[in-house]
Amino acid sequence: MEYRDLVIIGAGPAGLAAAISAYEQGIRDILILERENFLGGILNQCVHNGFGLHTFHEELTGPEYASRYIDKLSDLKIEYMLETMVIDISEMRNVIAINEKRGVMEIQAGAIILAMGCRERPRGALNIPGSRPSGIYSAGTAQKFVNLDGYLPGREIVILGSGDIGLIMARRLTLEGVNVKMVLEILPYSSGLKRNIVQCLDDYDIPLKLSHTVTKIHGSERIEGVTVSQVDEDLMPIPGTETYVSCDALLLSVGLIPENELSRKANVTINPKTQGPIVNERLETSRPGIFACGNVLHVHDLVDYVSEEAALAGKNAADFIKNVSSEGLEVEIFAGDGVRYTVPNKVNPINVEKYLPVRFRVTKVFSQATVLVEFDNLPVHKKKKTIMTPGEMEQVFLPKSWFTERPFLRKITVRIEGDENA
Amino acid sequence: MYDSIIIGAGVIGANIARELARYDLKIAVLEKMSDVCEATSKGNSGIVHSGYDAKPGTLKAKYNLTGNQMMPELCRKLNIPFRQNGSLTIVFNQEKMAELEKLIERGIENGVSGLMILDRETTMKLEPNLNDAVVGSLYAPTAGIVDPFQLTIGPAEIAVQNGVKFFLSTEVTGLYKTKQGFLVKTNNGNFEALTVINAAGVFADDINNWISERKRLIRPRKGEYCLFDKEVGNLVEHTIFQLPSGVSKGVLVTPTAEGNLLIGPNSLPDNDKFDILTSAEGIQYVLDTAKKSVRNLPTNQIITGFAGLRASEKDGDFVLGEPEDVPGFFNALGIESPGLTAAPAIAVDLATWVAEYLRAQLKAEYIEKRVEYHRFADLSTQEKQELFKSDHDYGKVICRCELVTLAEIKNAIRRPLGATTLDGIKRRTRAGSGRCQGGFCSPRILEILSEELRKDIREIVKSSEKSTYLVGFDKDML
Ligand SMILES: Cc1cc2nc3c(=O)[nH]c(=O)nc-3n(C[C@H](O)[C@H](O)[C@H](O)COP(=O)(O)OP(=O)(O)OC[C@H]3O[C@@H](n4cnc5c(N)ncnc54)[C@H](O)[C@@H]3O)c2cc1C
Ligand SMILES: Cc1cc2nc3c(=O)[nH]c(=O)nc-3n(C[C@H](O)[C@H](O)[C@H](O)COP(=O)(O)OP(=O)(O)OC[C@H]3O[C@@H](n4cnc5c(N)ncnc54)[C@H](O)[C@@H]3O)c2cc1C
Repeated sequence: MEYRDLVIIGAGPAGLAAAISAYEQGIRDILILERENFLGGILNQCVHNGFGLHTFHEELTGPEYASRYIDKLSDLKIEYMLETMVIDISEMRNVIAINEKRGVMEIQAGAIILAMGCRERPRGALNIPGSRPSGIYSAGTAQKFVNLDGYLPGREIVILGSGDIGLIMARRLTLEGVNVKMVLEILPYSSGLKRNIVQCLDDYDIPLKLSHTVTKIHGSERIEGVTVSQVDEDLMPIPGTETYVSCDALLLSVGLIPENELSRKANVTINPKTQGPIVNERLETSRPGIFACGNVLHVHDLVDYVSEEAALAGKNAADFIKNVSSEGLEVEIFAGDGVRYTVPNKVNPINVEKYLPVRFRVTKVFSQATVLVEFDNLPVHKKKKTIMTPGEMEQVFLPKSWFTERPFLRKITVRIEGDENA
Repeated sequence: MYDSIIIGAGVIGANIARELARYDLKIAVLEKMSDVCEATSKGNSGIVHSGYDAKPGTLKAKYNLTGNQMMPELCRKLNIPFRQNGSLTIVFNQEKMAELEKLIERGIENGVSGLMILDRETTMKLEPNLNDAVVGSLYAPTAGIVDPFQLTIGPAEIAVQNGVKFFLSTEVTGLYKTKQGFLVKTNNGNFEALTVINAAGVFADDINNWISERKRLIRPRKGEYCLFDKEVGNLVEHTIFQLPSGVSKGVLVTPTAEGNLLIGPNSLPDNDKFDILTSAEGIQYVLDTAKKSVRNLPTNQIITGFAGLRASEKDGDFVLGEPEDVPGFFNALGIESPGLTAAPAIAVDLATWVAEYLRAQLKAEYIEKRVEYHRFADLSTQEKQELFKSDHDYGKVICRCELVTLAEIKNAIRRPLGATTLDGIKRRTRAGSGRCQGGFCSPRILEILSEELRKDIREIVKSSEKSTYLVGFDKDML
């Protein structure tokens, strides 16, 4: 296990801006974890321009916008790991990540910033009846195919949903020689930006059909066509308005969902409305020391606001890490059940720098047992171990922040719980 | 000349192949789809029924019970996700409680153990998310949930490991009696065999009728489903049934063996044998009915819908064994629910009958264990690290929603009867079956398949031959 002051999950515009901001507030021990093999997040597949008008007063492409932050990051020598996926985080800011070089890593963080972005809603959420052939993609997947991988998803395409990604893909695919037959929107208005409707559809004579949706998918192997129907004010299909449109691919641009599976693992409370964490004015979630920003918090239309919000999260996380308690009570560390001893046995929280390493040995061989750290008899850390033997020293890291969170702490206990095995 | 040819590689054909492979016989399985488990065995509820529901004295009742009893051991042996979560059949008004008593009696007659009537309070304590209107339930502790894909793929792999030949994309188009046995015509050449086992699902009646005067008729009944995100997989712990209607067990609400939430099916009679489309009305009916069982059904967490066909034979029971007029031709026909549960038990009997007919001996050596595979996501941190040390491909996550690594995908391709399609990967590893439904990982999996199989990436398909995924490269249309 290692310790870091600040762990940032995701290196999209949110994660990058948060890291830079925390650095500017004096935090040096920062680690960004990113599962892709590049920094910049979703911006890398947004090769169109229209980014950064607010921040830089010029129109940049997605990758150009990202590179402004990436350059800064490397100037500051902020550490990041690519192709590293965070698979678990605990309430007490224990982070488990995995990559091809090091395998499974366990990091205790002083503070965490969630910056995982969002993902697209899949077809299932729409419940479009009919068959389940190949040839149905979310617009973002198609964008990735075309812009990053160089693959074409289809030759005759219908796009369902007029969100910005759908609009931008209509133009992109047209430029690749694809016949984009129409963009369908169930609402009486488009959810995309006006400028995208003009520049991506009107300029290429692609029809936008408002108050229309797909009511059936045809084709048993590869998609062969869709039934398109007009809908009434209640968004219900109007019988008799069905038309058949042949196509070999259907792109869905029907909304984004914040990517909060990890947040839930850390018991962060989620707002059912935004599907992102509930945060206070400091962008801190319901779990102390865990902050959130960018699309993981709520879906943003403009990347400029993502960067702004993330800078705030970075600053607040820095404050959280630096916060020093002025009380000076000595706290005892007890070796509980199954623990032979701990080093040290006492601690004055004021003198803890970043974290307090507590090393200990177990009394006998344990298999599938749990190491428990309790602050005043309340568990603050739980860790299941396949095997522990008295011959091998174990350790846990207690971050400074755990102490500052509990100014009246009296007692720390380390103990083992669970099945033992001689 | 084969000793035995099995037509169909659903859960029934695959389990028969595994059992028959114990004997010293030359066996082939002919399957028209490009993989095993591509028909009804992939579109069902995945419930290991306890067996109180079937009419006493029927084959359904008999094989349901034995299948249920065999399941825990079989799943442990073959590393198949299975959980004995128990079922609750709930009723909404006091008069109907009497019907639960009748079900218990029927269950006892069928040999089902542990059945119990629970009052409202106990029922609600077990399942706090049930609808308030519930007045009581029938508890069946021996009911369970199983991964239907693995229950097919696992036994099929064992069969291959023991010498059975699988011919995929091979459709049987004709069946004739010969002096010695049978001539089986397919799109992939002719086969000859001493015995033929008909496990062709909803098409088994056609095959029977080609060769026997004892005519059979399958009238498929369609069932539609909604599958929910794992996030809400714990909405219920037990499988929740409503009172059975006579023709079907009704719409259930259940966790799946893999941890999702599943609701369905409806029952649409006289369905076309090729039609497994979902319909707006069907899905609506399933949602409305499930809402009677549970409160707060999280409809915004639906990730996909699907449908399956029940192979209902006109006489209403399983049809097993030789018709009087065609010795050596064995049916496993009309295997509708509880067919998944019954599959291991049906397989033992059919294999025994075929072996007796052929006077076959048991082989000296029979491989019981599948080639090893790991579900990385299910391991502890320490176990994950151990596995990583043995193969760094375990450090590369391909499917993020289900946490499936490169090592697992490669394993799925390289195993006996390895995956060759996106769906094949999905059923073996779960990659692509999570909340984003393959949005992220499909392109990577295409690349891995193309590399491992040394095929052009454009030729890699979702499942069947024409279900291509990519149509070309950028600008190649200009
Ligand atoms: C397809 C698309 C097109 C867009 N087009 C425009 C546009 O034209 N103009 C505009 O102004 N805005 C646009 N936006 C909006 C803008 O790009 C986003 O608001 C912005 O990128 C969000 O930044 P983020 O850092 O929150 O998320 P992201 O950019 O999505 O970054 C999140 C990062 O976190 C990583 N991550 C997630 N989970 C983990 C994990 N468990 N472990 C490690 N890493 C993880 C991801 O790989 C990703 O790199 C678009 C958004 C999308 C999705
Ligand atoms: C909606 C629904 C819900 C169900 N729920 C449950 C449940 O919860 N529990 C339970 O125990 N059971 C359940 N069942 C029943 C169970 O799914 C089936 O009994 C079982 O899957 C049947 O397996 P099979 O191998 O006979 O058929 P299939 O899986 O259909 O396999 C038959 C195979 O034969 C192949 N084939 C057909 N014709 C030819 C040919 N001419 N040449 C070559 N190959 C051919 C097909 O391609 C197919 O792969 C359910 C069924 C349905 C439809």
